Amino acid sequence: MEVYLDNSATTCLCSHAVEKMTFIMNNVYGNPSSLHSKGMEAENEIKFARKIIAELLGVNNGEVYFTSGGTEANNLAVFGAAHAKNKLGNKIVTTAVEHSSVYESCKALETEGFEVVYLKPDLYGNITETQLREAIDDKTILVSVMFVNNETGAVLPVDKISKIIKKNKSPALFHCDAVQAFGKIPVKPRKINCDLLTVTAHKIHGPKGVGALYIKEKTNIKPILHGGEQQKKIRPGTEPVILIGGFGAAAADMGNISQNYKKVSELHDYAIKTLTGIEGIVLNSSEQNFPYIINLSALGIKSETMLHFLEDKGIYLSSGSACAKGKKSHVLTAMGLPTERIDSALRISFSKNSSKEEVDLLSQALCEGLNTLVRKARK
Amino acid sequence: MNEIILVKVGEIALKGLNRKNFEDLLIKNIKRKIHKLGRFEVVCSQSTIRITPLDEFIDMDETAEKISKVFGIAAFSRACVTEKDIEKIKNTAAEYLEPIFSENISFKVESKRSDKKFPYGSPEISRIVGGFLADTFPNVRVDVHNPDVVVTVEVRDFAAYIHANVEEGAGGLPVSCGGKAAILISGGIDSPVAAYMMAKRGIELAAVHFASPPYTSGRAEEKVRDLLEIVSDYAGRMNMYTVPFTKIQETIQRECPEELFTVIMRRMMMKISQRIAEKVGCQALITGESLGQVASQTIGALACTDEATDLPVFRPLIGMDKKDIIAVSRKINTFETSCLPYEDCCTVFTPRHPRTKPRLDLVKKAESSIDWEDMIAEAVENVKITRIGEED
Repeated sequence: MEVYLDNSATTCLCSHAVEKMTFIMNNVYGNPSSLHSKGMEAENEIKFARKIIAELLGVNNGEVYFTSGGTEANNLAVFGAAHAKNKLGNKIVTTAVEHSSVYESCKALETEGFEVVYLKPDLYGNITETQLREAIDDKTILVSVMFVNNETGAVLPVDKISKIIKKNKSPALFHCDAVQAFGKIPVKPRKINCDLLTVTAHKIHGPKGVGALYIKEKTNIKPILHGGEQQKKIRPGTEPVILIGGFGAAAADMGNISQNYKKVSELHDYAIKTLTGIEGIVLNSSEQNFPYIINLSALGIKSETMLHFLEDKGIYLSSGSACAKGKKSHVLTAMGLPTERIDSALRISFSKNSSKEEVDLLSQALCEGLNTLVRKARK
Repeated sequence: MNEIILVKVGEIALKGLNRKNFEDLLIKNIKRKIHKLGRFEVVCSQSTIRITPLDEFIDMDETAEKISKVFGIAAFSRACVTEKDIEKIKNTAAEYLEPIFSENISFKVESKRSDKKFPYGSPEISRIVGGFLADTFPNVRVDVHNPDVVVTVEVRDFAAYIHANVEEGAGGLPVSCGGKAAILISGGIDSPVAAYMMAKRGIELAAVHFASPPYTSGRAEEKVRDLLEIVSDYAGRMNMYTVPFTKIQETIQRECPEELFTVIMRRMMMKISQRIAEKVGCQALITGESLGQVASQTIGALACTDEATDLPVFRPLIGMDKKDIIAVSRKINTFETSCLPYEDCCTVFTPRHPRTKPRLDLVKKAESSIDWEDMIAEAVENVKITRIGEED
């Protein structure tokens, strides 16, 4: 049996998305901007997908802009906001646990002269309201804070940020990277009261290569790509109709998120109980964190070694963010974990389809790995 | 805290023996409207419909927004549910009302006790809860005559409810209690408003749209579909019947006197719409005509148009000014889409000087040289059906 517990890296395609994309590939080849009916057919597919996603977010259709994925959406949000607001100040507030597409974008903005504050998380990866309150001031033009951390599952206090911005008289736009949260807990830009919000398809059983940025009506940001009239010139370029269609289909196929959440919460609690019972396993994420993600360390064994050991048994996890390609996690480092724990960190991430049986198989394999591999190391 | 929505039915309450049917229909319409947000229990008791969310993550703001678009609802309020225990009621009220009561407002408490076994009478409940709220929030003050906020405590059969603000509902009657009618829709500002207004009176809609390719583009048809999607937010699901109208329009242009183009075209539209209406079970036609707005909407022109059909023609906008119509279209969110610039069948072949007082006998004479029957039958035969509105 294949045990895929790396759903925060990516998910398998749902059959609904496959069917939709197959249909579009076979039948809908027009350019969505063409005036003839071939163009309109394609435009309709985009319109349909956009409506489903807008509805899930509880926003207007016109506030959803498709991008090539989460990374582009995050880049568009961070650069777009910073460049649109640079006359009002030059300070950006973000966290040290952001996804690299936000983190590295901020690093790049530093070289342009922006001052960036990276808020440090506590031992469990959490950021507090007080930290935000102290950092955001009237010179701050952008606040970018993720909803759920991709490595630890820490849920950040994003719902408090807009009030702080207002109270501290900051002209800042607020961007929220909701890639991990989308489809798993309610992600409502109007509730969070953010100006920009990132989601992506391939974490919700949709295709890779497509994501979306929510841009609140009347919010002015600068595009990072320049070209045609598509998507109000904020994101020009002929839309990838196949991928967008797949995104919409996956979004329509998520099911009841309350019920999924309940199921995964039970699985999470079961996994924590089972896995922490194994000698040599320590938990890096808090038990109170987001149930879809568990971060732990198998002490004494390098992440990569354990990963390959598990892989042999058909079990797939990751050492941290898949995007880091094995580089040392900046998130766990920022949390101040000892090197030994960072080097041996493993991330387990569930989907709504994960099962107890998979957790049992993982737990057996981890036990075996800890025994055999540690012994080897000691020799 | 468990939040629910309490719905007060509108005119339904005035109905006599078939009131139950109206209520059942309203419950069905409500369920259809909100089922995508999660699982709910929707029940009617003591002339109030109670909507209770059954899933953890249901967004009550979104639910309320959807409810505000259901016809047949006079008013609704979001309420907090608690046990029938005076201490619990007091504390829950303070907790639930905290966001409103943190401002400097005046308030009063009204109580309704339908469970007469509850040990406190209505005035007593009001006094206890009001006193507690005033003590808890020193910034608010009691004003029984002209309060900013009226807090209502209802002690009912199984629970107590606390709510503060009553929101106005969409009014009207539940959609489809009033039969079915066909709206003639072009894509302008008026017809979506007319459709909305008749749906509000409980009419189930079918939509007839005339397309004249290549003079009109597919995007004009698309625009009508978008408009109907917005209308269906209120009016529920419907079919859109797109009629191929090119041949008839070309014939009118070729064969009839120019000043009568529009009135003859309108008559043909009525004839075709009637055939479709009869096929799909509609008992009337609806148009967005408003008296005097354009040449085809004078009394004389309307009389000529009316003569072309045996069905009753509803014209809900007949006595409205353009600015009032625009106000409704903005309210229901069709205005922006209506203003998209696509040529529609009514603007193709517009005469330079249309007759404002056409005489029926002359119109009929102008029509008589052509055999329309085959063309009408062919148009009806080739109607394209599009489903509008969310699937269940």
